[in-house]
Amino acid sequence: MHLGRLARLELTESEVDHYTEQLGQILGAIEAISDVAADDIPPTSHPIPVVNVYREDVALPGLDREDFAVGAPAWEDDRFLVPRILDEPA
Amino acid sequence: MTTTSAFESVIGEFDPIIGLETHIELGTNSKMFCSCSAEFGGDPNTHVCPVCLGLPGSMPVVNRAAVESTIRMGLALNCSIASWCRFARKNYFYPDMPKDYQISQYDEPLCFDGYLDVTVVTDDGPQIFRVEIERVHMEEDTGKLTHAGGAGRIHGATHSLVDYNRAGIPLIEVVTKPITGTGRYAPEVAKAYVAELRDLMRALGVSDVRMEEGSLRCDVNVSLSRDGEPWGTRTETKNVNSLRSVERAVRSEMLRQADQLRSGERIIQETRHFHEETGDTTSGRSKEQAEDYRYFPEPDLVPVAPSAEWIEQLRTTLPEVPSVRRVRLRDSWGISDFEMQSLVNAGALNLIESTINAGVSEQAARKWWTGEFSRIAKERDCELEDLSVTPADILEVEILIASGDLTDKIARTVFEGVLAGDGSVTAVIDARGLKVVSDDGALLAAIEQALAEQPDVAEKIKSGKIQAAGAIVGAVMKLTKGQADAAKVRALLFEQLGVTE
Repeated sequence: MHLGRLARLELTESEVDHYTEQLGQILGAIEAISDVAADDIPPTSHPIPVVNVYREDVALPGLDREDFAVGAPAWEDDRFLVPRILDEPA
Repeated sequence: MTTTSAFESVIGEFDPIIGLETHIELGTNSKMFCSCSAEFGGDPNTHVCPVCLGLPGSMPVVNRAAVESTIRMGLALNCSIASWCRFARKNYFYPDMPKDYQISQYDEPLCFDGYLDVTVVTDDGPQIFRVEIERVHMEEDTGKLTHAGGAGRIHGATHSLVDYNRAGIPLIEVVTKPITGTGRYAPEVAKAYVAELRDLMRALGVSDVRMEEGSLRCDVNVSLSRDGEPWGTRTETKNVNSLRSVERAVRSEMLRQADQLRSGERIIQETRHFHEETGDTTSGRSKEQAEDYRYFPEPDLVPVAPSAEWIEQLRTTLPEVPSVRRVRLRDSWGISDFEMQSLVNAGALNLIESTINAGVSEQAARKWWTGEFSRIAKERDCELEDLSVTPADILEVEILIASGDLTDKIARTVFEGVLAGDGSVTAVIDARGLKVVSDDGALLAAIEQALAEQPDVAEKIKSGKIQAAGAIVGAVMKLTKGQADAAKVRALLFEQLGVTE
């Protein structure tokens, strides 16, 4: 339930049961890692031990608006149109 | 102003604790994690690419210049620089970020544990307050929302439109530790700190800090405590975007919280919104339930691990810090600490220096900015730097004064016109016919008219009472609409009457 709320997903009760089981399996798989993780191995956030990957500060042209506007669910005045943010009557 | 005494009574009863989180856009060419232009504005959605639009499969790469700028800022703020740190994802649901997360730094900021000394004029003269810096970290700016319907506000809007040009522009966030012991000067310390931060960023050249474009934004934390008691609950006032507003936000929040506490109510930990028009804050969302941003290390980026050599090399690029510069300018202009602090507080220092650099004398530069322009800024309730007058304008006027084409008084009228948006110095002079009447014939005619209107005064002057000349000179100035050089009128008058001074 908490995860559903965090992810802003509206789940039915049967869906909650379904995903609880699936997430349990995923957590079980992750659990397996702790079986082999020893105290002398520091946790990492990246599989390759690389640091300091940078790009130079050079501005380059991006995409043409026409090209991605067609992929937007809704579009108005050259901008992405999103539904009302605050859920309250106008 | 009822607030002065109300504020005094708050100080008598409570100690304020303030804290500031300041976001500043870096002046890089490209964005934080992609090569899109980081320039302000532009046609909506024209500075965007797959990375800053959050399109699947796109990968961010860190802008080296942004890291450099942040390290230099950290060094200038006397911070330690992390030898190894990471970016983190801050997850949240709001359409200003297309990825549904912002890449920021969480528990591993690039710079930490520094300080910034700021000077505030107190009743006992200028006093230095040390503001301790908790951290300086890197993150990316968000897109710009325009709310449609509901008078442009999010409340009552029917839908919103998003421009992602700003999304991904490098931001640095500077967070202070709680600032205590400022007492009645809390609002001034907060303002002075932000001003100092801005000047430091400019001196470093890492940002031009255009506050009117929103490139510096402040979140102001305020809490009150009674003597000897633990700190009270704090509120966070968001998006305070001008120096003056920082001061006002602290002051109004101190007053509001004191009222609450006195009436026995508790302070709710919440986000508050600042209103420029009234200087008040109103309640935003409650923060009683800590928000869960589910921070985790950004898997698409590798750690930033600046070498000691790089950091030392960057240290050599630090410019003269603003406080040292002020001492140098104070000595070079031969003014007192107090005068210097007033210039700084008025936001006049850089303007005066650039005016002097443009070729205007030190004295004239100081006179214009602290006199006439300060008065007008106060009248308009704006900062000096927002006035549309340039060092070149002042030089132009000063040259005309030196050549006798303008008097100080007419020059003020010229600037009034320039500041009213009536055009350049020359355009205003031409349009309003603002030149000193130096044509002797015109002046003599005016003198004759004035003498004819006040024959008794004329007699007095002739009989040697030369102090009576003032009445005639005044009348002539009136007749010439103030466009005559008073000293010249005086000389011509005596010549006319055959009197020697």
